[in-house]
Amino acid sequence: MTITANAPTHVRRSVLDELEAESIHIIREVLAEFENPGLLFSGGKDSVVVLHLLAKAVFPARVPIPVVHIDTGHNFGEVLKFRDQVVARYGLNLVIGSVQEYIDRGELTELPDGTRNRLQTRVLLDTIEANRFDVVFGGARRDEDKARAKERILSLRDEFGVWDPRNQRPEIWNLYNGRHAPGGHVRAFPISNWTERDIWAYIDQEQIQLPPIYFAHKRQVFERDGMWRAVTGVSLPAQDEVVSIRQVRYRTVGDASCTGAVLSAADTVPKVLDELALATVTERGATRADDRISAAGMEDRKTEGYF
Amino acid sequence: MTTTLLRIATAGSVDDGKSTLVGRLLHDAKAILADSLDDIARTSAERGFGGEAPALDLALVTDGLRAEREQGITIDVAYRYFSTSNRSFILADCPGHVQYTRNTVTGASTADAVIVLVDARHGVLEQTRRHLGVLSLLRVPQLVIAVNKMDLVDWNEQRFSDIETQILGITAELGIKRTAVIPVSALNGDNIVDASALSDWYAGPTLLGLLEAFESERGQGTARLDVQYVIRPQGALAPGLAAEEYRDFRGYSGTLADGELSVGDTVQIISNGQPASSNIKSIRNSHGEVSTALTGEAVLVELTGEIDIARGDTIIAGEPRVPVREIRANICVLSPAKIIAGQLVLIKHGTKVARAKVESIDHVINVVDFSSSVATELQLNDLARITVRSSAALAVDEYQNSRTAGSFLLIDPDSGTTLAAGIIEAQNAAA
Repeated sequence: MTITANAPTHVRRSVLDELEAESIHIIREVLAEFENPGLLFSGGKDSVVVLHLLAKAVFPARVPIPVVHIDTGHNFGEVLKFRDQVVARYGLNLVIGSVQEYIDRGELTELPDGTRNRLQTRVLLDTIEANRFDVVFGGARRDEDKARAKERILSLRDEFGVWDPRNQRPEIWNLYNGRHAPGGHVRAFPISNWTERDIWAYIDQEQIQLPPIYFAHKRQVFERDGMWRAVTGVSLPAQDEVVSIRQVRYRTVGDASCTGAVLSAADTVPKVLDELALATVTERGATRADDRISAAGMEDRKTEGYF
Repeated sequence: MTTTLLRIATAGSVDDGKSTLVGRLLHDAKAILADSLDDIARTSAERGFGGEAPALDLALVTDGLRAEREQGITIDVAYRYFSTSNRSFILADCPGHVQYTRNTVTGASTADAVIVLVDARHGVLEQTRRHLGVLSLLRVPQLVIAVNKMDLVDWNEQRFSDIETQILGITAELGIKRTAVIPVSALNGDNIVDASALSDWYAGPTLLGLLEAFESERGQGTARLDVQYVIRPQGALAPGLAAEEYRDFRGYSGTLADGELSVGDTVQIISNGQPASSNIKSIRNSHGEVSTALTGEAVLVELTGEIDIARGDTIIAGEPRVPVREIRANICVLSPAKIIAGQLVLIKHGTKVARAKVESIDHVINVVDFSSSVATELQLNDLARITVRSSAALAVDEYQNSRTAGSFLLIDPDSGTTLAAGIIEAQNAAA
């Protein structure tokens, strides 16, 4: 992270300045009012931005909370490597919840389609409980999905991690109330009001590092359900699926077994921004098989305790 | 103080065509991408929308959760995002019929502008008065009345002008300063983003045109910083910083609620202890060290001298202010739990949380005609004048002077539920 000293005073505040200030305000409220926060960190761009904001919120102190990664075992190797670099650079504690270990112990069973997105929920909830987190920060944004669009910035979860859209606490002014029932916890979403474009513009402004798979690169892919899927150990083509080498990038970072790439020549942040200006498909619609299960895919998973 | 980000909210019932209006705004501002639009087109066709002339049912843009569709209700405020070439918008889409007061208060609390829908066929209804009443209490900076379904009254100028006169009469009575009334058809897109050829008698801006040009007048008061979080790194410095430079660093972080704050300014510290004053030694915003911080910025300040300051204390510029323990305020009840006189609660004001007591329920406010009546208990969606007594002295101000200093939450100390939102109306006697 770079913090530029003596930057000029802004007269008319930009959208990014305003969003950044709101996020830092939320982060400071949460750090001050909760006992034991954690940060959900996947190495994806949204969680990288939350970490960047967290570091700004507590400057010049070190980020005072651990980062939590729910490792499905299907993550891209580049992203795991990036995660470890970031953890070292900020001097953080890393807590890993491993889906693979649950499967090896027989506590979770692989789904018939081989994807592990839904299996994360159990591991996430156990990790929160085992580490006694009373709040975890997440990088969810309201523009991602219609269930997210209605979720609060401080989202209460009961002891089963369940989100109840009918029983949300109104959030008024910038007065946040994080009190929760014993056994329950809170998910805090400080970048709720950012759009995909805001995130990329901020990454550009702040020169934030991202995993390389966000930028155009050549990769062995095959087409499935209208998405370009990487050929990896957990994502193999069927007999009738043709493998070719294409120039692609990822708009979201999820499991190799359910995240698709888009054809793209955007190999820098400004080029990604140009590409987004012309995009005709939503971020999750383009790249996430997990959201295509049904129109209520995200709603269902959230009510099970998902991110 | 202006920003390129505008927060807006909508108020109105489903029947006023609010979903269609929001859908139209997003559609015409090109905020709906092709895959979402395909879904809308498919569903519109399945339902035979438009009959003989198939059309897009733009209300589907705001189609909610399955839990809502199953029950046929809209549960909650939904947030939508769109932008034009010179501005970004955050739209809080507040459902009108269920718990409208609670939802409208939530959406309007942070809004720079609120759009209220009126059906041109029905004109001003009791519900319209209700919305305007609530919005006047919240002192929304700009009110926009969209007189919708003008196509169903054949774009009758007289009809519009009657409604406009009636609205402006009510808003003047309520003391709402900035009100714009615009004739629109959300269904056909007239005067939403593009000016309509059907209303050549209307010279005003389109809905989006008005919002794009709006300049907010936020932050004109005295500088106020509610301390959120005291930063003393001691040994735990961010990597890369020189230990000797920050050995004794002690900074106070928070969001500058009003005004401007500059290095060298004399400030008052308002806490539970003795009043103290100090000077601003340094200011850092998210870009780095600055000489002046502006309203809305998340800052970190250092003060001169040895002063004991904690979260919940307030750093304020200008004249010393006497904090108070007794507060008279209008509240909106947000929780199904009743509120009674004598009830013990927590009050959250700025960054301070203190034990408090509902001293008395002075009266319940009827927002339709602003008449008042006596009540012994308050229920969900009630608006009422109450007196609260706080265990800690609070640096309050009237809401019309400062959204931050003039607002608070009442919280149930046992369940943690947010019971009510409070708007501080009159200056209070010192504690």
